[in-house]
Amino acid sequence: MEKIKMDIQALDLFFGKKQVLKNIHLGIGAGKITALIGPSGCGKSTLLRSLNRMHDLHPDARLTGKIMLDDHNILHGNTNVVHLRRRVGMVFQKPNPFPMTVADNVAYGMKINGLHDKPEVRRRIEQCLRSSFLWEEVSGELDKSALDLSGGQQQRLCIARAIAVEPEIILYDEPCSALDPISTSKIEELILSLREKFTQVIVTHNMQQAQRVADYTAFMYLGEVIEFGETQQIFQSPRHELTKNYVAGHFG
Amino acid sequence: MKKITQLFGFALLLTATLVVLSILGLILFDIVLKGAPVFNWKFLTHFPQKGMTEGGIFPAIFGTTLVTLISTVFAMPLGIGCAVYLNEYAPDNKFTRLIRASVRNLAGVPSIVYGLFGLSIFIQGMGIPPSLLTAGCTLGLLTLPFIIATTEEALRNVPRLTREGALALGATRWECVYSVVLPSAVPGILTGLILALSRAAGETAPILFTGVALYTRYLPASPLDEFMALPYHLYILSTQHHAIEQVRPLAYATAMTLLLVVFLLNFTAFRIRATYKR
Ligand SMILES: Nc1ncnc2c1ncn2[C@@H]1O[C@H](COP(=O)(O)OP(=O)(O)OP(=O)(O)O)[C@@H](O)[C@H]1O
Ligand SMILES: [Mg+2]
Repeated sequence: MEKIKMDIQALDLFFGKKQVLKNIHLGIGAGKITALIGPSGCGKSTLLRSLNRMHDLHPDARLTGKIMLDDHNILHGNTNVVHLRRRVGMVFQKPNPFPMTVADNVAYGMKINGLHDKPEVRRRIEQCLRSSFLWEEVSGELDKSALDLSGGQQQRLCIARAIAVEPEIILYDEPCSALDPISTSKIEELILSLREKFTQVIVTHNMQQAQRVADYTAFMYLGEVIEFGETQQIFQSPRHELTKNYVAGHFG
Repeated sequence: MKKITQLFGFALLLTATLVVLSILGLILFDIVLKGAPVFNWKFLTHFPQKGMTEGGIFPAIFGTTLVTLISTVFAMPLGIGCAVYLNEYAPDNKFTRLIRASVRNLAGVPSIVYGLFGLSIFIQGMGIPPSLLTAGCTLGLLTLPFIIATTEEALRNVPRLTREGALALGATRWECVYSVVLPSAVPGILTGLILALSRAAGETAPILFTGVALYTRYLPASPLDEFMALPYHLYILSTQHHAIEQVRPLAYATAMTLLLVVFLLNFTAFRIRATYKR
């Protein structure tokens, strides 16, 4: 396998006394798209949110093990979490644009990163909106409220907002679950176009989606990674009985 | 049988509503009826004359406006700051819960107690003369718990997902609060603030010992001057004046003005809430 961008080693996660992730080992390939699949409640979101330390907001979440980003364990106490989240961006299940204009949404990340040079900000707003296939639709409405965009446009705006801070990794938690099929295929196309440039991890319930976009797929069950491999192998010739049943649609 | 009970219950509730509404209507009608004859532009823009038996109430309107503004300037930053701390930063522990409970209790303290507190702190303690400033600060204290509660509520209503969106972009906690959470909460905060203002505008007890004057010959020229205020003026006209019967219409017109001010403030708050509700 090629270069590993993020290496999860022996990761356990507890919410209070309840163990939600059990001894996770997973290597996330650099520039690749990795899908996390599995039945509801198996811990996909929890695992994804560990990767940019979103659980810090939760006082009773406890993590042990290692998550190596390049050569640094991000679970280590001396990690600068703000800096980490600039390197590891996130797109959520429901589109969550800020209640500001379209342009300000994209500019938000640049501004908190200290970029205030107006022409440069403008230029990068356009560039990010183009990369997220949104420019054509919103170039005349940059100063309108982002909340007036359609759901699919809002989600692409959230992706534009994420890439505007030039992260190395982008995490998606079921980014299409609130969208119609056409918006969904636009997002998938977008994610594929960002391949190589970013390392991407996507949680999905949609097995066709995983097969369409992902290079690698991890199947999770009850807090464990049961099987991990190339997407084609996971879906065509799963080794594990549970994986076989899940991808055949026997439970979900 | 069930239907009859339901009908009965409905009739009861309807009656209660009608009774309350008609009492309110009666009061309003009475005030407007007796106040309207003297309520005119001259009444609103002139000083009282001949021992308050004639003329207008301009200094009282002016004083109430200023003292309310001062109370806002004093209470707004404190109240919003406190709410942001409680809602965004304070750990969920005994101490925080104690603060919250105290704030809630403060809202129930009678306003005369605030008046005495203001007197002992600002005037006797700090040695500031009774004035717009001391009365404004005292009124500010009175509205503080209310502002804190409504601001906290507005902050709580900002979706978790919006906060996470900002944090996931590498915003610090403060950047998240300042640039995303607070702007989202502005309509709610503003509504609470205006309602607090309208309460402050109508209070008499807190300003009684802290700066309100029976009568001033001139408008206050600085925050350290005494002032006249609508609710106090109303109190004087209706209970303390030497020619009570003669000034009755003036008292009613003053009440009308005060009601109008409070109504306008409430209406503004209502409009803000309606505009931002999606
Ligand atoms: N904050 C929390 N406190 C306690 N338990 C939690 C918390 N968040 C999640 N859990 C538990 O962790 C388990 C995994 O949740 P998670 O959201 O990661 O599942 P998921 O695989 O993303 O499910 P879905 O497909 O429905 O989104 C669930 O059993 C859930 O109840
Ligand atoms: Mg989930």
